[in-house]
Formats: sequence, C-alpha cells, structure tokens
Amino acid sequence: MPLLEVDNLTVEFPTRRGILKALDRVSFTIDKGEILGVVGESGAGKSLTGAAIVGLLERPGRIASGQIRLDGSRIDNLAPEPLRRIRGRRIGTIFQDPLTTLNPLYTIGRQLVETMQTHARLSDSEARRKAIGWLERVGIPAAAQRIDAYPHEFSGGQRQRVVIALALCAEPALVIADEPTTALDVSIQAQIITLLKDLTRDHGTSVMLVTHDMGVIAETADRVAVMYAGRIAEIGPVADVVRRPAHPYTDGLMASIPSLEHRVDRLRQIDGAMPRLDAMPDGCRFHPRCPRAFARCTEQQPELMAAGATQAACWLHAVS
Amino acid sequence: MTQHHRHTLEAVAVSHRFDVSRPWLQRIFNRESKRFLRAVDNVSFEIPTGTTFALVGESGCGKSTIARLAVGLYEPSDGDILFEDQPLSSARAQPALRRRMNMIFQDPYASLNPRWRVSDIVAEPIRAFRLATRPNEVQARVGSLLAQVGLTMRDGEKYPHEFSGGQRQRISIARALASEPDFLVCDEPTSALDVSVQAQILNLMRDLQQRLGLTYLFISHNLAVVRHMADRLGVMYLGRIVEQGPAETIFRTPLHPYTRLLLDAIPDLEQVGRSRTPVGGEIPSPIAPPPGCAFHPRCPLANDRCRTEKPAHTTTGDVQVACHAVQEGRDA
Repeated sequence: MPLLEVDNLTVEFPTRRGILKALDRVSFTIDKGEILGVVGESGAGKSLTGAAIVGLLERPGRIASGQIRLDGSRIDNLAPEPLRRIRGRRIGTIFQDPLTTLNPLYTIGRQLVETMQTHARLSDSEARRKAIGWLERVGIPAAAQRIDAYPHEFSGGQRQRVVIALALCAEPALVIADEPTTALDVSIQAQIITLLKDLTRDHGTSVMLVTHDMGVIAETADRVAVMYAGRIAEIGPVADVVRRPAHPYTDGLMASIPSLEHRVDRLRQIDGAMPRLDAMPDGCRFHPRCPRAFARCTEQQPELMAAGATQAACWLHAVS
Repeated sequence: MTQHHRHTLEAVAVSHRFDVSRPWLQRIFNRESKRFLRAVDNVSFEIPTGTTFALVGESGCGKSTIARLAVGLYEPSDGDILFEDQPLSSARAQPALRRRMNMIFQDPYASLNPRWRVSDIVAEPIRAFRLATRPNEVQARVGSLLAQVGLTMRDGEKYPHEFSGGQRQRISIARALASEPDFLVCDEPTSALDVSVQAQILNLMRDLQQRLGLTYLFISHNLAVVRHMADRLGVMYLGRIVEQGPAETIFRTPLHPYTRLLLDAIPDLEQVGRSRTPVGGEIPSPIAPPPGCAFHPRCPLANDRCRTEKPAHTTTGDVQVACHAVQEGRDA
C-alpha cells in the first residue's frame, strides 16, 4: 500500500464571480521511501496540492471533493486538533523561505526541543541531546554551541538546514518540501539537495518535492508529476519523463530549458501563457498552446492514460 | 556621423565601495573607524560592439553593482568606465549619448508604473529625448515598438496589471528600446519568469540583438541562461572577476576552481539521479572578505600562498584567470 494516496482531489476558491477550481481531480500516490517531484509553472497548483495535504489551505480555499489518505486512513476530513498532531509528527514541512518557518524570538534549540516534545515523550536533557544530534546531522558546525543561537544569527543556507532538522526531528513518514532551495545560491542549493536526499534515504522518509526547477527534480526525485493549470499533465519515472516526455506540454517545457551541455540558436518556446482560473478553455486545458492539438482536444478533457513508461493526460495516447 | 568603435563599453580597473559605517556619534563613542564594503574590486572588461558580455556569480558577488555602474547610476570609486572611448561621466552629460544606453530590470512587476497606460510608458523616452514630437508620430513609434516585442497597439491601451509576467517584461523591453539605444544592461531579465516564458524572452532578446545590432551586458546567476546568451563571460566572486573569456571556452574548459564548482553545482536535466559531493562552505561576507584569494576557504586547491596573497590576473590563451593554483599548474 502506498504511504500517501491523493484521490481525485479538487480544491475550490469561492469568489464573488463564481467558484474557481484551482485543482481539478488530482490523483497520485507516494510510496514509502519514495521521492515524488511535483513540477509546474507558477499557478499550476503544485504548492496548493502540498498545502491541501497538510491541511494548510488558505481560506476561502476548500477541498471540494476527493480524498487524501495517509497509511490508508483519511486525513482530508480531520478536525483541526488531530490534523495538527499529524502535521509535524507524521508529515513534516519545509518551505521556500526559512525565515517564515522559524520563530525569530526563540533559539533554534528551543524550537527543536519543543517540536520533539510535542510529538514524543522526552525529558528536557534528552530532547536537547537529540536536538544537538540533529543539528550535527544537517551539518551545522559547532552544534553544541550554536543550539542556543537565534535564527537571525545563521546564514540563509544554514537556516534552511535548521528548517530541515525541524521537519525531520519528529521522524515523520512524509516530508513536503515546497521550493526548499529556490531562495538559495546554486552552490548552497547543491548542499541542501544532497542533504535532503541523504537524510530521507537514511530514515526511509517519503518526500513530495515541489519545485519549478526541473534540474533539481531530475537529480533528486524517483518519479515526477508535471502539473498544468490545476491538473496533472503527466506522471512517471523521472528518467522517462525527462528523456521521452509523452505530453506535448512536458515536451515543450523540457525543450524550453536552456542546456549547459550545448548551445542552440533558438530555444524552443511555448507560445502564450497558462490560462487563468476564471478563463479555463474547454477540453484539454493545454490545447490553445498545443502544437499537436486536434478536434477531440478542444471538446473533451483527457484523463491520465498509459503513454509508454509514463502516464499522460493527452488524447494522442488514446487507444481508440 | 557615428564613428566606428570596437568596444561599446569598457571598464578599466573599476572599483566601487559602499560606506557601511555606523552613524558618526556611535563611531566616536566606540572609537571605530569608517567601514567600507568593496562591492566591486579592480574589475576590467570590454564589450565589443554588437556582442553580449555576461556576468555570473552568486548573491553578493557585485554583479548588480557593475550593472548600475555600467549605465552610470553609480560612479566608480576608482577606475574608469568608458562608453565608446569616452568616460561615462562625461558621456552621461550629453543627452545624445545618454539615450543610447538603457537598462532592463529583473522584476517586471516593480519596474513599470502601475498608473500609466502601456502606450504612455513606452512613449515616455520618445518624448523625453524628443525623438518625435507630433502625437501621431509618437503613436506610430509606440506601435512599431510594441510590434517589435510581440504586442499589439491594442495592448497599449491597457495598464501593466492586466499583463502576465512575461508580457510585462516585453513591455519593459519595448520601453528600453524606445530611446533607440545601442547598449542595454539586462540585470536578471528572466529570473522572475517561468521557464517556458523565459524561453520566449531570451529568443526575443537574441532576435532584437541581431536585428538592431545591440550590445548587451547580461547579468544572471543562471549559468544555463548565460550559456545561451553570452559571447564572452565573466565569473564573479566577492567583487572580483575570477575568470573571463569567450563563453564557449569557459564552458568547455573552466579553469578557476570556483567556475568549476558553479558548473558542477547546477542540477542538470541530462544527469538524472546523479549523486555528488557538493563543495561545502558558505559565501563569506563582503564586508570582511578572507585575506589572500577570497575563495580560498572553500577551494579544494588552496595552499598557504592562496591564504595570504591575492592572485593577479594572468592570461592563458583567450582566458584571463586569477588563481595561484592555475598559474602554478596545481590544478590538475
């Protein structure tokens, strides 16, 4: 049984001008110990998916239908208190900006100790010892002294290391990392990605890695879900999605990324922009920008279907 | 009347310091001296006309300070910036030369006035430099500028908030081109954009360069983007250019250990599932840079000389590099 099952998840935002569907029947699973990358451009719904799973949807957003199951039991319909216990204990979170996760008024040691004691019975000295252990594991030098420092006394890269320690210290089964390295410089990004990969492998933690950076996903994830306009366009093993994309959007996305290996005269571009939530086209949401669209694409919305080694929501792969 | 200049822009031993001292009274009480941040330290480069010179580096390396120096928004503390062989300070005094340089910024949300219609935004430089005076003449110019960046005259009637990020960057480019410049400084022009839109803007910038013979100073932290755009490349670390030369050469055979680290650190699509040992350490504060070579605390090749003596630039082939290890052949 997969650790996390997201089943036809639909998220709506009621507005004065009607209900906007920000996520439309999104389904995927994450196995134990697996890293699932979720990639897409701004507004595709990737962060929203993460927020819905940890129950942190911002009002007036709401889960309109569908289910989210962790280890087989539903977590999408929980009351705030049991949900809060799951968040932290069973699901850890890492966000883009470490300063919004860390409380500036408390030492990082106090934040680690508090997090661990909320979720497990630990004496103060035991918790402190464990906290120092975690700081060492995430690569904070002189952890025994630095544990009493405040967040502002750390550099951006080190703060993100502390956030990773915070997310993992309760030994959750699943970590949701939303753009964990976007605010960091490339040399620091490489350190953080390696750290995240090593630690989650050692603890058998599953990871949902949300990012716009396909390079980070290619290097880190086992499988990847490509999102477009609130839906999953394609999902499958990373190597297949990167090398043999089945959905024209994935294909265009890959080709528009400038390469370090060779220089081309022109980058392939996807003309136009992603549709707005209040002006979704009929049929496949990508068809107005799709170079391979045909009549059926304008009328009927495709669901995920087998396409080589991956699954793609594209009529090109329909067996008729 | 235009003379032929080999280089549009030339920086000769340029340094720029920021005063980061504490207030005067506090300094007196604590007996502190003034403190300076050397954002740019003895930097020289030249940009041949019609080509793109790119600067890459991580935060705090001084690349945006150079962008501002290159259009005269800052004055160098030492050294000279020459625009077509004239010192920039005197070039900027002449409106005829000032209109020939312009800048495109990173954030298309912050760099356009939200209260102005797009056509007024694009028309402003035309009016300011009196390139056209009669309203229908101005309108015609605005129309052709919008067409050049892939927008329509109808878009001119709208306000910036009605556009997506990529379209806003097109508006910024149209405005930058309105004064008919020869030289554009582009500071992270696609960093705020999604990749599919980034491809549109990069293609547009290369088309415009070919069509109009523009010279670019292109600033970015993204090496893949730089590789796509640059003819020549400078790699910056803590205020200095540690390696510069033809972009292709540097990408093929990077010499400086920092350039190699940067190239190695970038996650690349073609390397699915690679595992690696990233270089440790953080970027030091530019207020108190390490002595000797500023990169030595993170450098795998550092020795005692690197810790004490600042490396000078040496030229190997077409490439200039500032590294003791490369000079001594310790870099194998």
